[in-house]
Amino acid sequence: MARVLVGVKRVIDYAVKIRVKPDKKGVVTDGVKHSMNPFDEIAVEEAVRMKEKKLVSEIIAVSCGPVQSQEVIRTALAMGVDKGIHVEVSGPEYETLQPIHVSKILAKIAQNEKVDLVIVGKQAIDDDSNQTAQMTAAVLDWPQATFASKIEKGDKELTVTREVDGGLETIKCKIPAVISADLRLNEPRYATLPNIMKAKKKPITKVTPKDLGVDISPRIEILSVEDPPVRQAGVILPDVDALVTKLKEGGHVP
Amino acid sequence: MFGSVRKCVNSCFVNTYIVLRNAKLHTRPDFTKNNFNVTRGYYNTLEENHIQFFYQLLGEQRVIVNVSDLERYNVDWFRHLRGNSSIVLRPKTTEEVSHILSFCNQNRLAVCPQGGNTSMVGASVPIFDEIVINTDLMNEIISLDDTSGVLVCQAGCILENLNNYVNKKDLMIPLDLGAKGSCHIGGNVSTNAGGLRLLRYGNLHGNVLGLEVVKADGEILDCLNTLKKDNTGYHLKHLFIGSEGTLGFVTKVAIQCPPKPKSINLAFLGLQTYEKVLKAYKLAKHSLGEILSAVEVMDTPTMQLVNEHLHLPSPIGDYPFYLIIETSGSNEKHDLEKLNTFLDLSLVKHFVLNGTVTSEPSKCQAIWNIRERIPEAFHKDGYVFLYDVTLPLQNYYTLVKEIREYMGNKAHRVFGFGHLGDGNLHLQITVKKYSPEIKSFIEPYIFEKVIEMNGSISAEHGIGFLKAKYLHLAKSNAAINLMQDLKDVLDPKGILNPYKVLPRE
Repeated sequence: MARVLVGVKRVIDYAVKIRVKPDKKGVVTDGVKHSMNPFDEIAVEEAVRMKEKKLVSEIIAVSCGPVQSQEVIRTALAMGVDKGIHVEVSGPEYETLQPIHVSKILAKIAQNEKVDLVIVGKQAIDDDSNQTAQMTAAVLDWPQATFASKIEKGDKELTVTREVDGGLETIKCKIPAVISADLRLNEPRYATLPNIMKAKKKPITKVTPKDLGVDISPRIEILSVEDPPVRQAGVILPDVDALVTKLKEGGHVP
Repeated sequence: MFGSVRKCVNSCFVNTYIVLRNAKLHTRPDFTKNNFNVTRGYYNTLEENHIQFFYQLLGEQRVIVNVSDLERYNVDWFRHLRGNSSIVLRPKTTEEVSHILSFCNQNRLAVCPQGGNTSMVGASVPIFDEIVINTDLMNEIISLDDTSGVLVCQAGCILENLNNYVNKKDLMIPLDLGAKGSCHIGGNVSTNAGGLRLLRYGNLHGNVLGLEVVKADGEILDCLNTLKKDNTGYHLKHLFIGSEGTLGFVTKVAIQCPPKPKSINLAFLGLQTYEKVLKAYKLAKHSLGEILSAVEVMDTPTMQLVNEHLHLPSPIGDYPFYLIIETSGSNEKHDLEKLNTFLDLSLVKHFVLNGTVTSEPSKCQAIWNIRERIPEAFHKDGYVFLYDVTLPLQNYYTLVKEIREYMGNKAHRVFGFGHLGDGNLHLQITVKKYSPEIKSFIEPYIFEKVIEMNGSISAEHGIGFLKAKYLHLAKSNAAINLMQDLKDVLDPKGILNPYKVLPRE
């Protein structure tokens, strides 16, 4: 049976209104409710379902971030994951942590733990990067099945249906592989009370990027973070002639 | 940005009922006057010179006379009632309301005050040709004192908008109900609306500090006090809170806003029997005490209704009863500790079979949706007879079981849910097709049963049009006579929201 690594990220809860910090260097995160990235929840759910179908023997959840990232690992454990690894990154280092770093971290852990599948959400809802799965596959030199909306696991290969611009694409790839979960892959379960209790006893190991031999020095510098421009009010025009005049005045039409 | 998931999931988070209002325009309810035994009162009819007066006062934009535009003002939310009004007025100021009422009073024209038109008992729609005075445009927020927490605003402010506004100052409106995206605060006050958090914050008689009301004769009554303590003479505002627009037209509200809780936790629990529900509730009250902010119950048929028609699954699987328990407090760590102690104990004592608990806003919203969107599913289940009663907690679910047995296979579904903490049950009977025979089979039997069980025939929805004839079951003759005396003093010509609340002769 396969061993699975699931990457889970702690992000600001999607129901919370985002506020830009007054110094415009980021968004306000202090005292703001966070939760597991919704696409990562879908990834965890898929791994747990595979385990329930006896296709998978052990699931490990990994999260890179400050100490609060452990809460997200606990949620994964309560959903059915077996153990967690918290890669501690905090402060300014965390502000500049990018998929290029995370992918190397996940790849190293995947090798150390001898996993056969790495499943992550297709993108995080805070940075919308959509890079970690692809980069992790590249580092490991494994095939990648991204935007997965259906996964069938065979002994040595996966058949994955992907959501692409033109519709659905079905591919086969060998295992080991990296998968990124898309919205329609499944409906994640709520963690129920008995499982929340059990999760308290499951182990979470703490490591640092240094322990894994991964350099997380910043590759980017955040210059500024701003609100999107306020939408200008529209103007109601009386007729088509007025519209054409306005378009000409605005230089939109010769 | 956060757009991707939000767009996908937001379609589920529809808080307003406006979606449904437009859904079935082809099923026109017949005129109320044809379906009910009611005679038009001794009022004049609208004439051209009256319309001209209104045009002069408000301008053509704020007087609606077009037949298809009038539809949403004449028909109630459930599409059971249709009035015959040919004009809707949309004032912006108290002075305009005063001129309108003074004119209508002089000319003996009946009026129907209307806010968001979300009444469950036909209180907000005309029965005949009453002139609808709608508060849509009276939506200004006048002041917010973030030290005292007092908000002063016009009656036409939408509840959800008010809450979003005060949230910015870390305050909240002490009132929350499913209709928040559409209902107006003036309507909430006029009906003494209850809702999900009455358990914690009390009712509007306590939270409303002052009102500005226009009397039937047009006189402006300024009782817009913003002080917490003011024992100076009779507390007139209470007459207007809950009298459903029959004693005066509320134009401004001063309301006390509590601080917005820093920490909100929500538990969704599955239980085997109603007895266990009561045990869990009692334990919750004692373990969670000061942080308990909502307790709602649902039965299996209610969950099935929501599964079938809204495609919202139960977060924890199928159980005979479900409890939603919410805590609101100022310290997340402390609250979570209290909540976990309660949950551990209720599992150990076998009160609760299963459950989930969360403090994530997105999950809290998803769980509340299951409860708040229940009324949206009514339409799709057939014709729904709905009852809003208060019962002593021992008998709360007994009524549902008895009615289910009484209806037998006459009903498609009999289901109950509600504000357990307040003893307030919402009991619904769905039938595939409405008939007057079914109606008289159910009423007044169900009301008599409620009175037998020492309950109230209308917990929070009010009397409106639909329950006026049952008022004598709930109140003594002496009480109803005094109500009529007050009505005669405040509205001698009876122009304010006739046919509502007080029984017709």
